[in-house]
Amino acid sequence: MSVIILLIAVSLTLALGFLAAFVWAVRHGQYEDTCTPAMRILSDDQNPGKTPSPSQPSNQAKP
Amino acid sequence: MASIAVKPIIAAEADAAPPSAARPTGPGRCFHCGEPCVGTRFAREDKRFCCQGCLTVHELLKESGLGQFYELSQHPGVRVRGKAGREKWAFLDDPVLQRELLDFSDGGVNRVTFQIPSMHCVACVWLLENLFRLHPGIGESRVNFPRREVSVTYIPGRIALGELAALLSSIGYEPRLSLEALGKAAAPASTHRKQWLQVGVAGFAFGNIMLLSVPAYLGLDSFSGPVFRTLFGWLNLALALPVLIYSASDYWKSAWLAVRQRIVTLDVPIALGLAALYGQSAFEILTGRGEGYLDSLSGLVFFLLCGRVFQQKTHERIAFDRDYRSFFPLSVTRQAAAGEAVVPISQLEVGDILILRQGEIIPADATLVRGAGQIDYSFVTGESRPVSREPGDHLYAGGRQIGATIEIQIVKPVSQSYLASLWAHEAFRKHRSESLDTLTNRYSRRFTWLVIAIALAAAGYWLTEGNPARGIKAFASVLIVACPCALALAAPFTFGTAQRLLARAQVFLKNALVLERLARVRTIVFDKTGTLTTPRSEAVSFHPLADEDSVPPDRSARAADPTAGAQNFAGSPSGLTAGQQAMVWRLCRQSTHPVSVQIAESLAPAPAAAPVRDYREIPGAGLCGTIGNHRVHLGSRQWLEGLGMPVPPLPAAAGTPAILAIDGRVLGAFLVRGILRPDTQRLIRDLSQRHDLALLSGDSERERAQFEQLFGRAGHLRFHQSPLDKLGFIRRLQDGGQVVMMVGDGLNDAGALKQSDVGVAVVERIGAFSPASDVILPGSRVPHLGAILRLARQATRIVRLSFGISALYNAVGISIAAAGILSPLICAVLMPVSSVSVVLFACGMTAWAARRSGLPQLERGPQNQDESCP
Repeated sequence: MSVIILLIAVSLTLALGFLAAFVWAVRHGQYEDTCTPAMRILSDDQNPGKTPSPSQPSNQAKP
Repeated sequence: MASIAVKPIIAAEADAAPPSAARPTGPGRCFHCGEPCVGTRFAREDKRFCCQGCLTVHELLKESGLGQFYELSQHPGVRVRGKAGREKWAFLDDPVLQRELLDFSDGGVNRVTFQIPSMHCVACVWLLENLFRLHPGIGESRVNFPRREVSVTYIPGRIALGELAALLSSIGYEPRLSLEALGKAAAPASTHRKQWLQVGVAGFAFGNIMLLSVPAYLGLDSFSGPVFRTLFGWLNLALALPVLIYSASDYWKSAWLAVRQRIVTLDVPIALGLAALYGQSAFEILTGRGEGYLDSLSGLVFFLLCGRVFQQKTHERIAFDRDYRSFFPLSVTRQAAAGEAVVPISQLEVGDILILRQGEIIPADATLVRGAGQIDYSFVTGESRPVSREPGDHLYAGGRQIGATIEIQIVKPVSQSYLASLWAHEAFRKHRSESLDTLTNRYSRRFTWLVIAIALAAAGYWLTEGNPARGIKAFASVLIVACPCALALAAPFTFGTAQRLLARAQVFLKNALVLERLARVRTIVFDKTGTLTTPRSEAVSFHPLADEDSVPPDRSARAADPTAGAQNFAGSPSGLTAGQQAMVWRLCRQSTHPVSVQIAESLAPAPAAAPVRDYREIPGAGLCGTIGNHRVHLGSRQWLEGLGMPVPPLPAAAGTPAILAIDGRVLGAFLVRGILRPDTQRLIRDLSQRHDLALLSGDSERERAQFEQLFGRAGHLRFHQSPLDKLGFIRRLQDGGQVVMMVGDGLNDAGALKQSDVGVAVVERIGAFSPASDVILPGSRVPHLGAILRLARQATRIVRLSFGISALYNAVGISIAAAGILSPLICAVLMPVSSVSVVLFACGMTAWAARRSGLPQLERGPQNQDESCP
């Protein structure tokens, strides 16, 4: 029956892992705005090569 | 979708263009913003644009590889109005101001959050998040659409803050910077997050404890021995501890607070039950007598927290507690020796000379130095007619200059103006002792004493029977099973559902408790302008006076019936030729005076008409100009008579007359008056069956007759009401024991809204300025007030019914418990069954009541997209 003890230990560890993931998500503001991401996904990026980074100046800039 | 009339334009208040209900599409419309456009002056390839601004933005987007913007929705742009000049935003480069505005700054990289009211659709989100392609100094930008905010990271060495704001406004997304934006950089997100964490911890523990409890219920002992029982018991105790300490912490705190104040709220029996549950369970497990009730404990806390999360649905985008500072701009133009400079309001000093352009707000009490003041005080007094001021006259803060540019000299600091002092009035700072006298708390008071009495009686009974062990068990069992889970869930889920359904119909409540007060409302007080009458589309009728027949019969009949509201005669006012109409339209388009704006809006646009020459606008008198080879005058009787054009007597009708003369011959008069919102008559009739009604207006009495007819003899009508008069009126009603609802808009109602039991702010655009209130209602929903009140009454009835159901469960549970035979298994079944059934009943009944109440059904989906693109 000791396998049950092992199973319980594994399942609890797994559940604690999920709880930790949840805590991380809440702490990092994943639950702050649940609306905009749904809109963001509608527009797929056409030039995925460009990433928004201030250190990579874009040549097409025109203020 | 029956959305409110929304047009995503920048600086809507200062804008004089006709408001269109929806953004129309099709040919003849600007490719960028969808406004109608004339001619092909601004065209590129096969696309047409309404103005140079739209064309420039389009080209900029194309060059930067942002053409995808136009694929995301039709005409997604926002028309660029006014100059988006760099100078206008120069004040943002002030380091003192920046310190208060920036979210983050480490010298190398800054982050700032701008409010952008004109953001309205998917394409806007996309464009604003691709700002980095427009300028090398911009890094990541993130949009929070519900709040209409964008956070931009930028390198101050490459782009100044002012430059960034100018870039945003040049593509049509002018940031809204009000005085309120200063010093609120820290977002109040922590309570929100804590709630989620508490629910998460409770849910985690609940699931695992259930898993570990099932073997005990199934009799695992019989073939595995007591090892597992002890192990599972200890594990359960450990898992339940964070639930008790962390997840339920708010209940402990508020129960302790209630006990200290010697009152009983619902949290007291909850805390009592939790303590009994954990105490009994720990005792059973530690002594090896049983498996305890820890699954019930964690389940109870989990359900309670779910109810709280469900109820505390907040409308983040909508601020319910705003004051005058959010109405004020952040900067003004100051006249200095070195010329004009845009400075932050916080740097203004007494004696400064300011330059106010058309549509700008007077930030502090001041004296008019130069120019003709045409001040619209509607936000302060409610009077919709602008007043003329001469140089030397005193001007109050909060007024808006609607004529030509003026110069004013500040006589009092911003914080000591009449408006600010009005706000400092104690009534404006009144705080209702909220949330203690709620329906739930009234019931729980009786409930708690009853439960304690039963528990003591049961214990006493078994003691006299000579069975003290059973007596103690019965005492604890009663407290455990009577833990008012169902009672605690009824109100959150009923009111939460009602609040959610109302939000879908664009009626936003500050919190769920407002519904309880709404249900008790006896007297309803209305403001006039902007509440019962629509602020913009005042009715215009034309009364020809020339020659033989003075007034056509149908029009005079309409004028005599004030509630019918002579509708805009789009394109065909009797008595004027198309050419004459075109001339009037042209002339009126030159002016920003409300009467001219109304007249121009009522006429069919005639952009082909000849331009106006020699245009003159004499404040308080009228307009004149030459169109083609005709001289057109439009203005007051005195002015025209002064110019030597005798005006025959006008038909007596309510409204402001504007007399039209072409080439010196008087043709007739335009009458402009406020019209009621559609269905107002039905609304008043509907409400007057159950409620006392009153009307308070800052306006003059010119429309008294119209409203007397509407409200009947029983209604109180008061005109010339100052903000303090309104407040006093509400207070007198309350002193008479009435529960008062105030429906109003604008700053002039702010005190009354706050004083009343339920303050309802009427807005034309959700997210636009509204004073502090309990309910925010778009103008188009005012006719549904009756339905809203009905739904509130139904909801309280549903809560009472749910209490009945929970009382039934409690009767069963308590009788088992008092007999001293409660087992963890019975508890584990009874607790979720009672909770779930009450929740289902509350949600289902409320949804049904909402459907029957006659509220407009909006389609499902994020409510904040109602004002999005076509």
